[in-house]
Amino acid sequence: MNIYVCIKQVPDTEAVLNIKEGKFINEENIKWIISPYDEIVLEFALQLKEKNSDFKVTLITVGPPRAESTIRSGLAMGAENAIHIEASDYLDHKTIAKALAQALKNEGDFGVIFTGKQAIDDDASLTHIYLAQSLEIPVVTNVIGFQMEAEKVIVEREIDQGAREKIEMSIPCVIAATKGINDVNEPRYATLMGIMKAKKIPIKKISIQDLGIEGATPTVTTEKLEAPPEKPSGRIIEGEVTESIKELVRLLKDEAKVL
Amino acid sequence: MSNVGVYIELRGDEFKKANREALGLARSSGKDVYAIIFARDISAYENEFKGIPKVIQIKNENLTYQPDVYAATIANIMKEHQLNDLLGVASAQGKDLFPRIAANTDGSIINDCIAVDFDNHTVKKPVYAGKLISTFKLSGEFRIITIRPNVFPVKEKGSDNQPEVIETGIVKVEEKLKIIDVIKSETKKVDLTEAEIIISGGRGMKAKENFKILQEVAEVLNAGVGASRAAVDSDYATPDMQVGQTGKVVNPKLYIACGISGAIQHFVGMKTSKVIVAINKDPEAPIFKKANYGIVADLFKAVPLLKEELQKIL
Repeated sequence: MNIYVCIKQVPDTEAVLNIKEGKFINEENIKWIISPYDEIVLEFALQLKEKNSDFKVTLITVGPPRAESTIRSGLAMGAENAIHIEASDYLDHKTIAKALAQALKNEGDFGVIFTGKQAIDDDASLTHIYLAQSLEIPVVTNVIGFQMEAEKVIVEREIDQGAREKIEMSIPCVIAATKGINDVNEPRYATLMGIMKAKKIPIKKISIQDLGIEGATPTVTTEKLEAPPEKPSGRIIEGEVTESIKELVRLLKDEAKVL
Repeated sequence: MSNVGVYIELRGDEFKKANREALGLARSSGKDVYAIIFARDISAYENEFKGIPKVIQIKNENLTYQPDVYAATIANIMKEHQLNDLLGVASAQGKDLFPRIAANTDGSIINDCIAVDFDNHTVKKPVYAGKLISTFKLSGEFRIITIRPNVFPVKEKGSDNQPEVIETGIVKVEEKLKIIDVIKSETKKVDLTEAEIIISGGRGMKAKENFKILQEVAEVLNAGVGASRAAVDSDYATPDMQVGQTGKVVNPKLYIACGISGAIQHFVGMKTSKVIVAINKDPEAPIFKKANYGIVADLFKAVPLLKEELQKIL
């Protein structure tokens, strides 16, 4: 089966972000990574492949030329192929999903398509649903458990209060996974051999214009990006711990009024 | 004529508090508000709907959440009643359902909004886990918005006017997926994204068993228990407890961080908390710069004392 893992290049979680021209981030000095939820689900897909020798794992991304470094990281982890749809960074999710869908249709034979439940840049949680809609296949979000049986998959999705919905659907399908899917919490480190091997894998490059998805007018546009108001720094409650805890509870009740 | 719809999310029979926030926001638009609820009997929610002009009640033998059916049904209602704005809660269900409604109506959607301007069709939403705030413009006929819990004021008690109730059925569609079971958690956990109080532990908790002392405080406060990435990576806590950029973004009125140093990736996940308390034995921990109240102490001494003090007043 052909497994596809959709990945997105995002700024590192530790990155300090500055605003450029009122609605973009300044990309200078940013370290780029695979969005962590995508990286976990890639790890999971690679583990599936190790148990099923006829599975093939292909990465697919929509992004500017710099996204290639992220694709190489994914290949170094062990994915076999990669598709890079080259496009400007500021597309809306529907357009991105249409591009992914068209590229997958062109590939022809796709099975399970994995994505992270959200990318950690815009935290939109949208692309996977639009992708499934474009491909007319089922999609489940926030997936924490995954099993495959013949022609179908059974997944568990995390809902409120630690509860889970158990869901059945046919293949092909889109699975938007959260951290901890089948207890996978850590992506593997790429080995030196993996990194060397990844350098030689040809990445299939497609220009978004060549996918014929024009006419997809964006429905959402960014008007402004701003820094949130700074929180004033607080105070240390001094004293012996028995006393300071008493004082803390009093302050929470009488001053902050949150109890 | 353009109206505002509010999807009411029930947890079992429980009317979630965040629904009141969505209803309050909808009323602030000055437009006619339609509440949309999937329930066979809504008499228990009479007080919630006071002052809301219209309630659309969807009745069916089976009303278990089925994403395709719910999305198609709501999309139909939006078209029929000119609900050009639809509000809901950015919960696990909201973030599953609302994008599907957007796909169904060809509408525009933004999840997890913290401000909504109904006249200019703009919303504000935290991005990069809240390091920045983005203003988005929504275009098209249908605008679909989920709101972050604990941000908007709850609906005030309106007039005693009871709403007009419009009953309808579900839209039958080919279901691409089937929810076959709902597995309840063995321990009833307070949901972090909607929790009003959260107590979290970090690397300083030192072991999985030690989270029990946080759990005990949580029971006194009816709080959720969270964890930092360091605690999850060390297997002290499960991934569903992780607060931060790669975990849950939370917004309680009170956040108590125990043995958490305050790395940016954790901080961005909880910085909008109304009050942050830090308990850490390292006076240099960055969390103290960000906390409203800090206590430099060994958490294993401080947390049990905190429980005792809270029990006295609650």
